[in-house]
Amino acid sequence: MNGPSLERGINALKEQIDAPVAAFFNSCVHCGLCAEACLFYTETRSPNRTPIHKLEPLRRVWKSEYTFWGRLASALGLGKQVDDDLLTEWETLVYDSCTMCGRCSMVCPVGNDIAYMIRKVREGMAASGHAPPDLIGATRRAVTIGSPMGVKLPALQAQIRHAEKETGLKIPVDVEGADYLCTLSSMEIMNFPEYISAIARIFEHAGVSWTIASDGFEATNSGIQIGVSEIAAELVERVVKAAERLKVKAVISPECGHAYMAIRWEGPNLIGRPYGFKVLHITELLDELRKEGRLRTRGREAQRLTYHDPCQIARRGGVVEQPRNLLNMVAEDFVEMPEAGIMNWCCGAGGGVSTNERADDLRLTVFNRKKAQLDAIHAEGMVSACSNCRIHLEDGLEKYHMDIPVLSLTETIAAHLADNTPAGEGSS
Amino acid sequence: MNETEFLMWVRGPAFQIATIVFVVGVVVRVLEILLLGRKGNLAEARGSATAGGLRTILTRMWPDRGTLQRSTFTVVTGYVFHIGLFVTIFLSAPHILLIRDVFGVGWASLPTTIIDATTVVTIITLLAVLVYRLTNPVQRFLSGFQDYFVWLVTILPLVTGYLAFHRIGMTPPMLLAIHILSVELLMVSFPFTKLMHAFTLFMARWYNGAIAGYRGVRS
Repeated sequence: MNGPSLERGINALKEQIDAPVAAFFNSCVHCGLCAEACLFYTETRSPNRTPIHKLEPLRRVWKSEYTFWGRLASALGLGKQVDDDLLTEWETLVYDSCTMCGRCSMVCPVGNDIAYMIRKVREGMAASGHAPPDLIGATRRAVTIGSPMGVKLPALQAQIRHAEKETGLKIPVDVEGADYLCTLSSMEIMNFPEYISAIARIFEHAGVSWTIASDGFEATNSGIQIGVSEIAAELVERVVKAAERLKVKAVISPECGHAYMAIRWEGPNLIGRPYGFKVLHITELLDELRKEGRLRTRGREAQRLTYHDPCQIARRGGVVEQPRNLLNMVAEDFVEMPEAGIMNWCCGAGGGVSTNERADDLRLTVFNRKKAQLDAIHAEGMVSACSNCRIHLEDGLEKYHMDIPVLSLTETIAAHLADNTPAGEGSS
Repeated sequence: MNETEFLMWVRGPAFQIATIVFVVGVVVRVLEILLLGRKGNLAEARGSATAGGLRTILTRMWPDRGTLQRSTFTVVTGYVFHIGLFVTIFLSAPHILLIRDVFGVGWASLPTTIIDATTVVTIITLLAVLVYRLTNPVQRFLSGFQDYFVWLVTILPLVTGYLAFHRIGMTPPMLLAIHILSVELLMVSFPFTKLMHAFTLFMARWYNGAIAGYRGVRS
């Protein structure tokens, strides 16, 4: 992020324009339906938070550079240009008022993938020096320290030792030839270390060969949140190199939405080459184990449980059925929220919003949408598969005085394992 | 230029010019999009981009339940005036005659009473759409000159067609000339405005569905 400038920003926006972007901007008829699909609009009723409006900087560059009339107008010194004032004004719309949840992309009648374009606008915002300070800080820490929260290897090692003591199991680190490389989010290492114990127990139970990499454990990717592809690529490359060094069959993305988006869908495109290994979300792997009969549980959660779909895992990532299959193994009374699945409402904290302190009040305001979803089904417990969603859901529930525990899906499964005998014994 | 000459000019040279502008303009605009291209996807696919693209082209014809509930007016009026435009343009007898003249193919028309009623309903709906655009906070906020201009060039052929059919206010040749002229205004406006969505929405839906379909999501 050396030397951000308006010129760099405009160039970055130009580079982002492709046929889909042009088709999308050509097609928008200002019907406003995307507003009602966006929790940042529905909970604030501010028309400037209408999703398509958040793309104005990109639209102006497209119009002035990639359309005949726009080019003609620019040549005559007419037409609206992108300047620093515009970008300053749009910074809070693009970063604070959008989680890139992609719900707007599902309702647009002409088919505009608005979230696809927000991701692109952020490239221009960051290159022009208009990214939120907190995201810049997190990205800097990710590059220099290795984690947006400043988590270093010794901190992970301490949590591993703790998990080993708690479970009595050896947590494999840097084991060459393991089948699966498990990555973690800083949030899990610092706030939810139980996740490490949970996967250790499950993999022991199912006889899964796995490892953590000391040089590629961080799954989160500030680069795709702030919108700097070079940094995003560098962060992806760390995991890819670790996976190649350890010759694993697959990399497992943890309970973190954007981490999955980064490593599964954006990663190969960022580094410019396909992987020689698979990428699975942890719930995909657990569901595979379930199908193979290697994941057996006992007992069920008695309270009325619901599942919150993390946007990047479900709507933007395609993992929808797996967590439900798993939850049905351990939940007595599993109830879906209205509009669950690919139309689920975002918690309000994804896409870097939770990192951005400036947006704290706003993310708690828009949580009201989640509250309405929960109120509709009288949930007694909520399960999710993203630690960032989880921590914000807890925040939101506290603010709205709702006494609903938020659980990790993986940890919930681990708490219900049938026994510690590897199920694969004798069957594989 | 007398009335008849005016009508001849409108039906002849003016119509040819409008058609050329329309066709060439639309082709250029579509090429402007396609030639930008897009990068290939190196991530391992979970689903089919092609199937997803085709599916979304179809499925975006109807709204999800939440959108229907939250934006009922926009959705319902949207259907009514689009279907109304389709019916009045493509299913009225004089238009089919013209199409048969030009392209050599035609189809059955609807009775004039139905076309007449549809025209009235469509005009009323478009008026309601305009009032909504002026009063709904989001639509009003998003709208600029082009949104109102496009509305005007869309409603004019309906109004002039209705007047021509009922011979209100002027002589029949003059009314017909004005009606055709209003259609020509629509045609020449088309490539330069968001009227283009009639073509590009299929591309937009295709890309949206393909991006999602590749990841195994039905968008």
